[in-house]
Amino acid sequence: MRRVAALALLLALLAGCGTPGGDAGDNTKKAEQAEQSSHKIDVAKAGDVTLTVWDQEVRGGQRRQIAELNAAFMKRYPNVTIKRVAKSFTDLNTTLKLAVSGDKAPDVVQANQGRPPMGQLVKGGLLRPLDAYASAYGWPDRYSSVLLDLNRFSPDGKTFGEGKLYGVSQMGEIVGVFYNRAMVSQPPQSFADFEKDLAAAKGRGQTPISFGNLDKWPGIHEFQSVQNLYAEPDAVRNFVFARDGASFDTPENQQAAAKLQEWVKKGYFTKNFNGTGYDPAWAQFGKGAGPFLIGGTWLLRDLEDALGDKLGFMLMPPDQSGAPARALGGESLPFAITSKSKNPDVAAAYIDFLTDANAAKVLVDTGNLPAMPTNESPTGEAGQDVFKAWESLNESDGLVPYLDYSTPSFYDQITAAVQQMLAGRESPEQFTGDLQSDYEKFTGSN
Amino acid sequence: LRPPGEPRRVAYLYLLPGFALFAAFVLVPLVHAGWLSLFAWDGVTPGEWVGLHNYGTVVSDSELRHAFGHSAVLLVFYAALPIVIGLVLAAAASRAPIRGLTAFRTILFLPQVIALVVVAVTWRLIYQPTGWLGDFDLALPAVGLVGTWVAYGLAFVLFMAGVQKIPRSLYDASRVDGAGPVREFFAVTLPALRGEIAVALTLTTIAALRNFDLVYLTTSGGPGNATSVPAFEVYQRAFRGGDVGLAAAIGICLAAVIFLLTLSINRVADRAART
Repeated sequence: MRRVAALALLLALLAGCGTPGGDAGDNTKKAEQAEQSSHKIDVAKAGDVTLTVWDQEVRGGQRRQIAELNAAFMKRYPNVTIKRVAKSFTDLNTTLKLAVSGDKAPDVVQANQGRPPMGQLVKGGLLRPLDAYASAYGWPDRYSSVLLDLNRFSPDGKTFGEGKLYGVSQMGEIVGVFYNRAMVSQPPQSFADFEKDLAAAKGRGQTPISFGNLDKWPGIHEFQSVQNLYAEPDAVRNFVFARDGASFDTPENQQAAAKLQEWVKKGYFTKNFNGTGYDPAWAQFGKGAGPFLIGGTWLLRDLEDALGDKLGFMLMPPDQSGAPARALGGESLPFAITSKSKNPDVAAAYIDFLTDANAAKVLVDTGNLPAMPTNESPTGEAGQDVFKAWESLNESDGLVPYLDYSTPSFYDQITAAVQQMLAGRESPEQFTGDLQSDYEKFTGSN
Repeated sequence: LRPPGEPRRVAYLYLLPGFALFAAFVLVPLVHAGWLSLFAWDGVTPGEWVGLHNYGTVVSDSELRHAFGHSAVLLVFYAALPIVIGLVLAAAASRAPIRGLTAFRTILFLPQVIALVVVAVTWRLIYQPTGWLGDFDLALPAVGLVGTWVAYGLAFVLFMAGVQKIPRSLYDASRVDGAGPVREFFAVTLPALRGEIAVALTLTTIAALRNFDLVYLTTSGGPGNATSVPAFEVYQRAFRGGDVGLAAAIGICLAAVIFLLTLSINRVADRAART
């Protein structure tokens, strides 16, 4: 028996059993110190510097823009070497925490918005506040306020949507409505017209809205696209940022759920949508299954390949024709500087380089939608539709953030709940009530 | 002088390399996971000691209870069904020599060789027109059937190997005594395959309980939470939800369940072998 006990003790020692996690210390104080030592510098005089950058810009146009900008930065500053570590989105999200808390932390990382990745990193004191750099480089002029708020946290990581700025993004994205010009001669101007088009398409035996929800997350797009008709953008933002009094259990959210259930009953979605994958669903739309697809601007390239000139893009039409534009959307993963970086000033200059006017031009040329304003404009009608929609959303301050940013587990909860609600296994009241109680579990403990 | 065969201390030295590897990659992570399961920890900020609270959550959280329940259902599809199918096939093959048996064996065994990711992606496509994966009642059996398809070839090949070592004289004797195919199966084939059944049951049970890839790639635990399983919850809670302590507790519980089940399978098989 003594031997077993000795073995267990040995194993415990080997396993490094102490309190897990680093020392958070006083984040507010550390943040202030970091800001005081933040300077806009002439990178050319910074000596030989190697910046390690973890990003997830690995697909098509995203890969091209980052490769081009990295090369241009190193050409301008031959004393800087950028060591790029490219990972897929999922890989990056699952390994980032370990990487930035380790001794050899990268200098610049893409830390996804929201409480799960960015909030936790801020709470752990692992990211550097960028406000001093932002004012030195003029970053606030590049973005509408909601785009900056999405990258803000209080230094203790508890308050989301205000406080210090921890990153800036390159690209914008909108979830809107793609349509097939061959079936929609005149894009609907009001929600009532949109519903008329849906009924007409159903009458013609088409699939009015191509929709595949087997992957669970696409349902968030359907729900929020309809939610925006009933709920004010600020109400949704307050909920996402967990501000006092915000609730999911509202009549507006119930109306949205009821509307979606009505559409399911009327057969406006792809048959078996809960058992249809996301990719097959948009592929069906691309083959002409029906007039509409609710989807994100990341599908633009693939859909242009499928439909060519027939492809159009619009925002979900408002209740009253001509009302200010609103849409679910946001920005690409923000570039952030780690607290352990030895060259934060060079890192800031690099991030500035990735988001300035020249970068916006590179982004357009490589088929991306820059988050910052630009005079460049893409070729292709649908691409121009997207640019116009982005502009109008920024003008009317109509961007509404993803609901799943709100709590660490809300993604799991809302994706599962939307599947249940759409299958008619939950009433609109149960749907909003259950999600509210999940949400309260978090806000109560934060 | 020590007689040959007498245990000597030096024997431990021979065990050392194997034990060192086992300790480094199995025991130490296991103990570490057990330790983490006693904390509320998001993976970044300092953890907070909560004792056995996470284990309480494993029992009280209805989503997690359901996940373990789904595993029990999957046991039928991953372990019971493949063994029944494997036995029937092996019994049929033992009755008469089959032309091209090697080819059959290879084909039936193929699902075992293919990476599970490929299996999952392929079956997702196969199920696409049916919509079963999006149906709250059919999704779990649909995922289970994929497991059956993967595992029955393994069971069949194991049982065929076992059948081939049964002396033909036993079959001849049973036929002389007038046993039909069913009687012959229960009197001769089944008892002789006890060891193989225990092996097949152990392997398939482990595969059923630690199932992650098939669920992750076909349904992501949906629709709703109709197909979530413990291993999937471990991943979700640790890497998405940032609740590493609870994830570790689920993992430890899952490991304990697997350990107890396989232990009892082998106990039963050993006892049956002695009688």
